[in-house]
Amino acid sequence: MNNKSHTPLIFILLGGLILLFIISPLLGMFLATTPAQLFETSKDPEVVNSIWLTLWASFMATIVFAVGAIPLSYFLARTNFRFKGIVNGIVDLPVVIPHSAAGIAILGFVSRDSVLGKVGSSVGLNFVGHPAGIAIAMAFVSIPFLINAARDGFENVPVRLEKTALNLGASPARVFFTISLPLAWKNILSGLIMMFARGLSEFGAVIIIAYHPMITPILIFERFGAFGLKYARPVSVVFIIVCLVFFVLLRSLAKERKSTDA
Amino acid sequence: MLKLNNISIKLGDFQLTNIDLELEKGDYYVLLGKSGVGKTVLLEIIAGLIQPDSGTVILNEIDITHEKIQKRKVGIVFQDYSVFPHLSVKQNIEYPLKGKNLSSKQIESLIHEYAELTNIPHLLNRGTQKLSGGELQRVALARMLVNKPDCLLLDEPLASLDVQLKGDLRNLLRKINQNGTTILHVTHDYEEAIALSNKVAVIHEGKIIQKGLTKEVFKKPANEFVANFTGIKNFFFAEFSPVNTANINGKVNIHVSNHDQIEKGKIIIRGEEIIISENHLQSSATNNFKGKILQIIPYFSNYEIIIDIGIELSVVISEESLSKFKFKENSEVWVSFKSTAIKIIP
Repeated sequence: MNNKSHTPLIFILLGGLILLFIISPLLGMFLATTPAQLFETSKDPEVVNSIWLTLWASFMATIVFAVGAIPLSYFLARTNFRFKGIVNGIVDLPVVIPHSAAGIAILGFVSRDSVLGKVGSSVGLNFVGHPAGIAIAMAFVSIPFLINAARDGFENVPVRLEKTALNLGASPARVFFTISLPLAWKNILSGLIMMFARGLSEFGAVIIIAYHPMITPILIFERFGAFGLKYARPVSVVFIIVCLVFFVLLRSLAKERKSTDA
Repeated sequence: MLKLNNISIKLGDFQLTNIDLELEKGDYYVLLGKSGVGKTVLLEIIAGLIQPDSGTVILNEIDITHEKIQKRKVGIVFQDYSVFPHLSVKQNIEYPLKGKNLSSKQIESLIHEYAELTNIPHLLNRGTQKLSGGELQRVALARMLVNKPDCLLLDEPLASLDVQLKGDLRNLLRKINQNGTTILHVTHDYEEAIALSNKVAVIHEGKIIQKGLTKEVFKKPANEFVANFTGIKNFFFAEFSPVNTANINGKVNIHVSNHDQIEKGKIIIRGEEIIISENHLQSSATNNFKGKILQIIPYFSNYEIIIDIGIELSVVISEESLSKFKFKENSEVWVSFKSTAIKIIP
């Protein structure tokens, strides 16, 4: 009797099709772009400025919002309370709502008539059409990635280690910074990278808050609308390359840290 | 020095009820009980990791029941050691010293002092991921001792160590206690209590059922549970008659030498002094019974034989005797023992 199963082969074929589905459009786009076009585009000040703005806004959004997101993750990992399920649901909300709708919601939140808008105006800052507004929109849609990853990380830290540290005389703050945070760091770093990467790719929410200054996803959209595929494609390729370089760099940094810890 | 007054707590299906315990300075106190009876919970209450429903914890005449964990001067070493995995051995020992206003020279000196005491100076620069159970236990002890707690709480410290390491660690614990550290050690192993403690308490179903000097508790177990748990076999409640006879469970009458006119009490028949034979022996032994072998249990060099004579008796014989007489389970034998082999506990 032939016991040889065809299941692995079917799985490989199906999996291969999915991988092809991801790679093909990207590869097609890369192949359709000549090195000369890439070179020209990478020198275009509008493109370069928009890439820097995108990177900077997403980076600032990640760093600034991490200050509140990490303690929230710790709280969610360590505390049981009545409406915890609802709070966890709220955290995931930005992932499931349409991002253009999220943009409208944020616009109401940061416009000049809002409380935050008025506070901003009092110091001469108008969030609408400003990099700060872009960062807020990016943070809104990408923060669940950080909170969920960090919460998982803190949940994996044995409570007993924290209790031991307290028993050794450490204050709760010292326990957090010397035990909980370092032990959950791998997950937190992964969450930070995911939040940063998700912020880079945001379009729907940002276009409502700030068409100008133009982040790269909006620039690609504008070039496509105004000049067609031929002019939008090189910008897309350059932006994807930059994103991939950052993504790989950050991932390898995280990995390096992991091997150092081990 | 450490006093627990009427500590009670209910956690799900399990509860501790009215726990009273008193440790004096320099005591090595062992809390003996089966797994899951609440020994660890009691330690966590003393350390402040759990709040009791009622009762008080007094340390050096001060009520610390509601004191912050980090302010209590009790140190707990958990069964799983809880050594910080991201820190080196040295950093683990250093952890409680940071923030104590000590110079780096003083910190260095203390780390080495306690690493020497626990015999781990060679491990100081190592990570903790690849250390053995015994080494981790020593790191956890050094880290706790360097903090100079008034009372050290040990949660099953020898449970997951092999025989060789157990012996080494027992010596270390004795040394720590002799250096003046008061220790409360919880375990399910009565041999640890005999080997280490000067006082012992037996906990069962959330209550302390006997406590006192170790010798006293082992010599005079309060009931069958304590007797069995402290490794004592052939422990029975008996009613005595004026003619030097003890009736056990209304089933068996045995001859005792002297019962000081008491009517009821407990007796222990030493298993090593019971003789078993194929036939009835004519001897000076006044207690002779026919019984059936229920079980033969091998030990290191001896065998424990459980014989039903109306009550179950545990008899210890050598491997040589077992092979010579070919005793088997379910076979009939005679047991005999002198009345002087019986110890009466009023």
